[in-house]
Amino acid sequence: MLNAILSGDYPRSRVLTAVLLVILICLALGPFLFPSTRAFTTLGMICIFIVVVASYDVMLGYTHIVSFAHTMFFGIGAYAVAMVIASMGSSFGAIGLGVLAAVLAATALALLLGLLSLRVKAIFFALVTLAVAFAFMTLVNQLYTVTGGEDGLRVRVPREIGPAFRLIENDLYGFSITTFLGGLFTQPWNLGEVIRESVYSVRVTGRVVMYYVCFFFGLTMFLLMLRMMNSPFGRVLQAIRENEFRAEALGYKTVYYRTATVVLAAVLTALAGVLFALFNRYVNPENTLDFELMVFILLMCVIGGMGTMYGAVVGAALFLLAENYLQDLLAVLGGYVEGVPLVSGLVGPERWLLWFGVLFVLSVYFFPKGIVGQLRLWADERRRRAAGGDEDQSDRLQQGATQPAEQPKG
Amino acid sequence: MSEPILKLSGVHADIDQYHILHGVDLVVPKGELTVLLGRNGAGKSTTLRTIMGLTLLRKGSLTFKGESIAGMPTPQIARKGIAFVPESMGIFALLSVRENMDLAAVSGPIDETRLEWVFGLFPPLKRFWNRPAGNLSGGQKQMLAIARAIIEPRELLLVDEPTKGLAPAIINDLAGAFEELKEQHASILLVEQNFNFSKRLGQSVAVMDDGRIVHTGQMAELAENDELQQELLGLSLGAHQ
Amino acid sequence: MSAQDDILDQETPQGFRQRFADFRENRPHLFLLAVMVLVPLFFMNPVTWLSLTISGLAMGLMLFIMASGMTLTFGLMGVLNLGHGAFISLGAFAGATVVVFWMGGHAGSGTLGMTLIALLAAFIFAMAVAGSLGLLFERFVIRPVYGDHLKQILVTVGGAIIIMEMIHVIWGPNEIPVPRPDLLRGAMILDDTVPLIGGVAVETYRLAAVLLGLAVYAAMVWVIERTKAGILIRAGVENTEMVEVLGYRIKLLFLGVFVAGSALAGLGGAMWSMYQEIITAHMGETLMISVIVVIILGGLGSIKGCFYGAILVGLINLYIGYLAPTFAAIATVGLMVGILMWRPQGLIPVIKV
Repeated sequence: MLNAILSGDYPRSRVLTAVLLVILICLALGPFLFPSTRAFTTLGMICIFIVVVASYDVMLGYTHIVSFAHTMFFGIGAYAVAMVIASMGSSFGAIGLGVLAAVLAATALALLLGLLSLRVKAIFFALVTLAVAFAFMTLVNQLYTVTGGEDGLRVRVPREIGPAFRLIENDLYGFSITTFLGGLFTQPWNLGEVIRESVYSVRVTGRVVMYYVCFFFGLTMFLLMLRMMNSPFGRVLQAIRENEFRAEALGYKTVYYRTATVVLAAVLTALAGVLFALFNRYVNPENTLDFELMVFILLMCVIGGMGTMYGAVVGAALFLLAENYLQDLLAVLGGYVEGVPLVSGLVGPERWLLWFGVLFVLSVYFFPKGIVGQLRLWADERRRRAAGGDEDQSDRLQQGATQPAEQPKG
Repeated sequence: MSEPILKLSGVHADIDQYHILHGVDLVVPKGELTVLLGRNGAGKSTTLRTIMGLTLLRKGSLTFKGESIAGMPTPQIARKGIAFVPESMGIFALLSVRENMDLAAVSGPIDETRLEWVFGLFPPLKRFWNRPAGNLSGGQKQMLAIARAIIEPRELLLVDEPTKGLAPAIINDLAGAFEELKEQHASILLVEQNFNFSKRLGQSVAVMDDGRIVHTGQMAELAENDELQQELLGLSLGAHQ
Repeated sequence: MSAQDDILDQETPQGFRQRFADFRENRPHLFLLAVMVLVPLFFMNPVTWLSLTISGLAMGLMLFIMASGMTLTFGLMGVLNLGHGAFISLGAFAGATVVVFWMGGHAGSGTLGMTLIALLAAFIFAMAVAGSLGLLFERFVIRPVYGDHLKQILVTVGGAIIIMEMIHVIWGPNEIPVPRPDLLRGAMILDDTVPLIGGVAVETYRLAAVLLGLAVYAAMVWVIERTKAGILIRAGVENTEMVEVLGYRIKLLFLGVFVAGSALAGLGGAMWSMYQEIITAHMGETLMISVIVVIILGGLGSIKGCFYGAILVGLINLYIGYLAPTFAAIATVGLMVGILMWRPQGLIPVIKV
């Protein structure tokens, strides 16, 4: 059963399994574990960006296609639904039409880019996508009569997924993890009181409904991509990544596969963009098309671990948490060094990106496989050490080493 | 045999994950032309590249004039006095012949008398002096490649298959040039597959197979001993005879 | 009909069409430039056209100065430095610091000598700051990832984030206005009596930028064509290994070119800051798009191609910006896509990527 769901591609590291389980539980029970609206928004964004980053990973990690046009497709999805709703009024029909428009536009543009990649070599492709994405963003900014320009568009979502709608009359109960943990540390002797304080009531509004749409979308799309990457299609992509010439020589039309990858990633991202517009209820160039956002997606993918799929989950969760909460941490740190001229500038809450940049560069050098890759590496090492016997023996045979083998303990 | 100018012992080297050299022991005598023979893939080119520091030496020692050059960066090895003409010739096609030669004169402007001597060896270079080197014919490119290596006096010349793909008449011209270099007692290590060319020029000879030296000796001995030729060089070189 | 035409063409190879086709295929940069300059004449009056052309040249030459370093870095070292834009921003802030804060009096004095001193100081400081950061950047960020394009893209993007954040730390998060020196404000107006183009007004600063840009181009061409360092650079673009085999330390050459390229990006940024009269840490990021289009148009690694590419981009920006402002960016990228379809290697290719 689990094997079928995960397509046989397990996390292969105990730590990673634990991390993924924590993320899954937090996302699945999100509105019932974290009372603050900020946490609610962050969790929703994580669900959406898991799809964005995972689809980017299909290109970057599995096929080594470097594209800087991923935000363009995200923006196409977001703007398509926002613009259709703006002109037709809010209804599920309008949303459906928006989805259709988004998928068609994303497919067409991705095909064009794929065609272009026939003409230019890999390294050019990265530059060309960067330029095309920029032109697209400028166009959105300029065509303000339909896109709202820099001010963007508010998205009037249907009542059923808005804040005014109540799915069930009565409130449900939630258990605030943050209050609980906070209490556990400050007054552990008062456990009963802490637990009582941690319980809060949750109103099941349309926003919560929308949250769960995002959650299940994220979950299914992620599992779908995991399945595809572990199917023959995914294997061909990896073959292209390792040696395009050889893959071609084996009879695979690499052009088709590359184009299919670009289109697949574009469509999935556009769908994520649709959900972003509906969840965030506000779309502008900065939050959907900006180059900075593109860099963020790149960071999430690389820090999580390229070519692993699970990296997208870990990367998106970690990055969005950092974006929202690293600032708080830096603000606390900044409090200690207040008054020291340059240092206080370095640790101010608005400097979180600086530290993330440093972490990013260091991680490319020292952990090029990202968090997931590194955890798996460590797990492999531990397993090999624990297994001792058999694998050691074969290693020794290959290397012709002479030192005696370690006996497995116990 | 005179004193060695270059000595390799137990040299191992890899290209990517492939182990190419399995302990090469080779001595290049000073003032002689040594030919390194062997079939395709025996590791001849890799040996030259390892001497130049272009392929990483994994194990073994590499001494030039009694000094270890193992692990030295390529430019430093070159400045010690080793010139290398790779199989691809490494001509800068977009640069003029003159600019190619200017670069080869590492220690300053080209010495005019030496240039005249080089022109004497390879007359076409004078004719196309200011033309892009990319417009030269294959043989002329090989001439330029060798001319670059000798425009300044070097202690050792490594040349990788200079006859590859050239017409017999041009090979003859090249052989003439090498003979003149020999008369000046230049130390040369020449990688070849063309046995006739090698026979004409070589003083000492080494034969490689599977990343090891399998025979060393005087060229004259090998040239006379058909049986040994057959055994060492087999069919792969037979085709050239 | 068409078959007959073909035969005619072959029989008279010196015919106009043949020569035109030769020109188009062998000198695509000049062909495109001619088309680019002449076509807009049909859509505007000559006065507007001339002033747009000069402005386009000014923009193009500034772009050329910014882009030249990146194209050389790629051509020679095979390094795609997506952090190049950060050096442009840095140069702009360094230059602005001199002009606005340190020598504001000089720049505002209105006398030629003082203005020149302030400008020269600003440009030299911008180049020095960007160049020395380039030194560190090459050594610590780029050197570990030679030969790995994917990692280069990642670490240079990361490096750019760090530089831009450091700009925020040092100069604050707000945009800074950079007034032009008094002497370079305003415009020069051609006398009305000149036929056809009488009354044309050209901003003094743009004219100065054109002159400086041409001077930099001439200097670069001289270095690349005539000096040994230039020959080494051209040789390195073709075959780095052979340069080492001849006995030259290619790493030193890489470092030198990277530092020079960073310094030029800084100079371009400083010039741009006074052109726009306002600077932000993100200006380099925005300019990177034009820079990328320029180096792709020109053919990666080609200085001459970069020059023509930059001028084409500058001109199309100004012409389309005047005729249909909404589509200026689209036109720039469209130009790139079109040229890539026609010549995937760019206008003047020097290397095979």
